[in-house]
Amino acid sequence: MTAVSQLPAQPQLTPDLAADLAGASLTLAQRFSAGSTMWCVAPAFTAHAQHIAVEFVHPVVVGKRALPAVALTGPDLVDQVRVSARPGDVVIAVAGADDRDVGAVMRRAPAWGVTTIWIGNGPRPAVGAADHVLWVDDPDPRLPATGHFVLLYHLLWELTHVCFEHPGLLTAQPECTDEVCITCSDEGRLAEVLSVADGTARVRTARGTETVDTMMTGEVAEGDLVLVHAGMAISRVDEGASR
Amino acid sequence: MTTHDPTDFLYPFIDAHESDAGALLADLATSAQAKAAESVALREASLKEAAPLIDEAAAEMARRFAAGGRLFVFGNGGSSTDAANLVELFARPPAGRHLPAWSLTADQAVLTALGNDVGFDLVFARQLIARAQPGDIAIAMSTSGNSADLLAGLAEAHRRGLYTVGFTGYNGGAFADSPDVDICLVVRSQSVHRIQESQALLGYQLWATVQAHEALQ
Repeated sequence: MTAVSQLPAQPQLTPDLAADLAGASLTLAQRFSAGSTMWCVAPAFTAHAQHIAVEFVHPVVVGKRALPAVALTGPDLVDQVRVSARPGDVVIAVAGADDRDVGAVMRRAPAWGVTTIWIGNGPRPAVGAADHVLWVDDPDPRLPATGHFVLLYHLLWELTHVCFEHPGLLTAQPECTDEVCITCSDEGRLAEVLSVADGTARVRTARGTETVDTMMTGEVAEGDLVLVHAGMAISRVDEGASR
Repeated sequence: MTTHDPTDFLYPFIDAHESDAGALLADLATSAQAKAAESVALREASLKEAAPLIDEAAAEMARRFAAGGRLFVFGNGGSSTDAANLVELFARPPAGRHLPAWSLTADQAVLTALGNDVGFDLVFARQLIARAQPGDIAIAMSTSGNSADLLAGLAEAHRRGLYTVGFTGYNGGAFADSPDVDICLVVRSQSVHRIQESQALLGYQLWATVQAHEALQ
């Protein structure tokens, strides 16, 4: 037997990961109850995205409800998610922390009004990179192929359906109800530039599309991320820094 | 997981008034850990039980690959994605030799043409008629071992001189007694989810054992 046949240890589920799975499942049940769709991406492991989608759309347990989940595969993944996701939807990714497409999707998610779940192993994504990070710290590249990732999304499905038995908990409390609040207005809301015209830009935010003045940021381009406040793009988000 | 008080029927809307998620989240986390422990135990037991069969299958597969044989893998639903992951391991491995392998669900034009024109039960058999040669290998992935399209695919493969491996669950289903299945790897569980998690590990071990075989050194 050579080294290649030495199996990686089968990891146990740590209490932290179990708690993260529980939180992600409740969020998912809340989002589905509100009519959301879950978009599944896994650039390096396309089959995982498809397995997640089929799990939710056509449950193996008879009597469990079919839920809208769709795998997005192939090239131009960021474009595919951009055109598919509506505010309130969920994006779930299976990818390493260094995946460029998934990183770009996760950075844009607040501008699209999308809730995010990120499954992976090895070095973790930056804190706050996704709403729910379901992570195995063991960097073994064989982990995605030996059943552990399958276990994680199976558990996500199983726990989400348990949450449906608790209808009183399926209405998420809105985190922000004031017209002006520290988290979403004073400090600026994230927006993605859709098009530019003389000194203004049409941008997409979690609330929809709006036209903002770009005097403070200078020239911006389609696809750029900016912070908007009171009808102005007040700063540009440097994506290079967070890569 | 969820406990029901015998008097719940008196308060049919009590769940609708539940407002503290803490208890539910704690229940969910406990349940997740129990299911994960069950999954790990089943993966280890399945691997132990299947080890001699995996060695036998890997030896024949390695011999066939060395002689120019190719691998076709097929399954339905979640098992088709597990089949695709297995194909990735063989064809684009993280380390080791790249071996010719394809998933028979990869092309939706072929799949829908066959499903529409000749019936879904023949979607794999007809592709094997077109592509397979006697020195090749067929792997069917199933949790029940009873899917008509997989059984038809395995029968066609066997008829054409392919070496056949079946992944299944429960008590093996029709795969277990089929003369068309040379090696049958059974994950003994009643849960489709736990079966698939173990099958991924068995598939990985099969790939690793093929890679390590002297016929491919």
